[in-house]
Amino acid sequence: MSYWRMPLDAVRREIVLGKVNIISHRCKGCRYCIEFCPSNTLAESEDFNEKGYHPPYVKSDAKCVNCNYCETICPEFAIFVTELEPRNLLPEDVVKTQSRSRRRTRRE
Amino acid sequence: MKIRFIDAEAPPASRIFENLAAGHGDHPLDRYLKKGRIPHIWCSGCGNGILLAAFVKAMEKGNFDTKKTVVVSGIGCIGRAAGYLDLDTYHTTHGRAIPFATGLKLANPKLNVVVISGDGDLFAIGGNHFIHAARRNVDITVICSNNFNYGMTGGQGGPTTPLESKTTTTPYGCSEHPFNLVYLAKASGAVYVARWTALHTHELRDSIIHSVNKPGFCFVEAITPCPTAHGRRNKLGDGLSMMKSYRDNSVLTTELDPEETAIGLKGKIAVGEFVDIDKPTFMDMYDECAICRANAPKKSKKS
Repeated sequence: MSYWRMPLDAVRREIVLGKVNIISHRCKGCRYCIEFCPSNTLAESEDFNEKGYHPPYVKSDAKCVNCNYCETICPEFAIFVTELEPRNLLPEDVVKTQSRSRRRTRRE
Repeated sequence: MKIRFIDAEAPPASRIFENLAAGHGDHPLDRYLKKGRIPHIWCSGCGNGILLAAFVKAMEKGNFDTKKTVVVSGIGCIGRAAGYLDLDTYHTTHGRAIPFATGLKLANPKLNVVVISGDGDLFAIGGNHFIHAARRNVDITVICSNNFNYGMTGGQGGPTTPLESKTTTTPYGCSEHPFNLVYLAKASGAVYVARWTALHTHELRDSIIHSVNKPGFCFVEAITPCPTAHGRRNKLGDGLSMMKSYRDNSVLTTELDPEETAIGLKGKIAVGEFVDIDKPTFMDMYDECAICRANAPKKSKKS
C-alpha cells in the first residue's frame, strides 16, 4: 500500500511487522509459501537442504506484515511468523510520484 | 513502498536452532504434535499437511481442551494424521472410523470426537456408517480429505473420482458417476455441511472450530491436491498448479443448492457453508423418547 500524501490520521495508525522463520531441513519444496505470499516476501533459494529440495529464503524481510498465511499453508510445519513491534507511518513511506490515472487530464 | 525495521528484535536464531537437533522443532504448533514424528510421510505438495495444520490451528484458536478432544481416523494417507497429533487418537480399521467414534461419544458424552479420514475410507468402505451416523445425528465432527482417488495404494479410482478422469483402474477414463459429498451429507441429515479447498486455510480452520462446538453431526469436506497419483495421471501438473487451479476455479457461495455443487475433473468448484441448521441430537432424542418413558410409572390396570 502506498500513499501519495501523508494521511491525516497517520499518528494513530500502525504498520504491523512480522519476521519469517524458516526451518529449512523440514522443507519439501512445494513452493506454496513463495507463490501465495500476499506481500511477495519469499523466494526459492539455490541451496539444497538435506532432503535435496530448495527451501525458501526471505527475499526482503521488511515486507512481511504478519498475515500468517505461509504458516497455515505450509504442509510441513516448516515456516512460522513471529510478530515484531508495530511502528508508525514515516514520511519516507509516502510515494511522491502520482499514479497514472491522476497524471492524465481531460484535455489530453 | 519503503518500510524499514526500527529497533525491533526478533527471537534469537540460536534459540530456534538449538532444539532442532532433538528432532522436535521450535515451531509454535509443535506442542500439539507427537515428538519425533515430523517430518511426516506425505508427498511434496500434498494437501493433507495443510488440513492437519488447519486442525491444529483450530485447536489453538478455539481453545479446545487437549484432554477432552479425541481424534479417530481410518485407513489411508490422511489416516496417518491420528499418529502425528499428541492427543488421544485412534487409528481404526478400514472404513470403521465413524462407528468407533460413535461408541466413544456414547460412552463419554463430554468428549469432543473428531473423525479425520479420507474419501475412500468414509464413502466407499464406510459409506453405510456415514449415512446412518448422519441420519441418527450423532454428535461427532467428520472432516474428509477428498483427493479424488485412493492415493496410498497407488491411485485407484474411488467413489469420488470424477467422470473421465484417469486412474490406475480406469486407464481410459472413469465411466462411473461420482458422489457429491455435500449433497450426500445434506440428504443424510447432517446439521452442518461445509466444503473448502486446501487453499482456504483460514475458512477451513473456522469451519472446524464451528463444527466442533456445534452439537450434532457436522461434516467438513476439504479438497486436497494429490499431485503424485491423481494430478500426474490427469496432467493437472504438480501441487502448485493444482492449487492455482483451485484459486482460479473456486466459487464462494452460500445460497447454491447442494444438488448443484458436483465437482468435475476440470471446472468450477463451489465452496462455502451449505447447511447450518439446528436439530436434536441422538442422545437428546434417546433420553427424551426411550429413557424417560422407560422410567415413567406404569399405568395400573383396573379390574
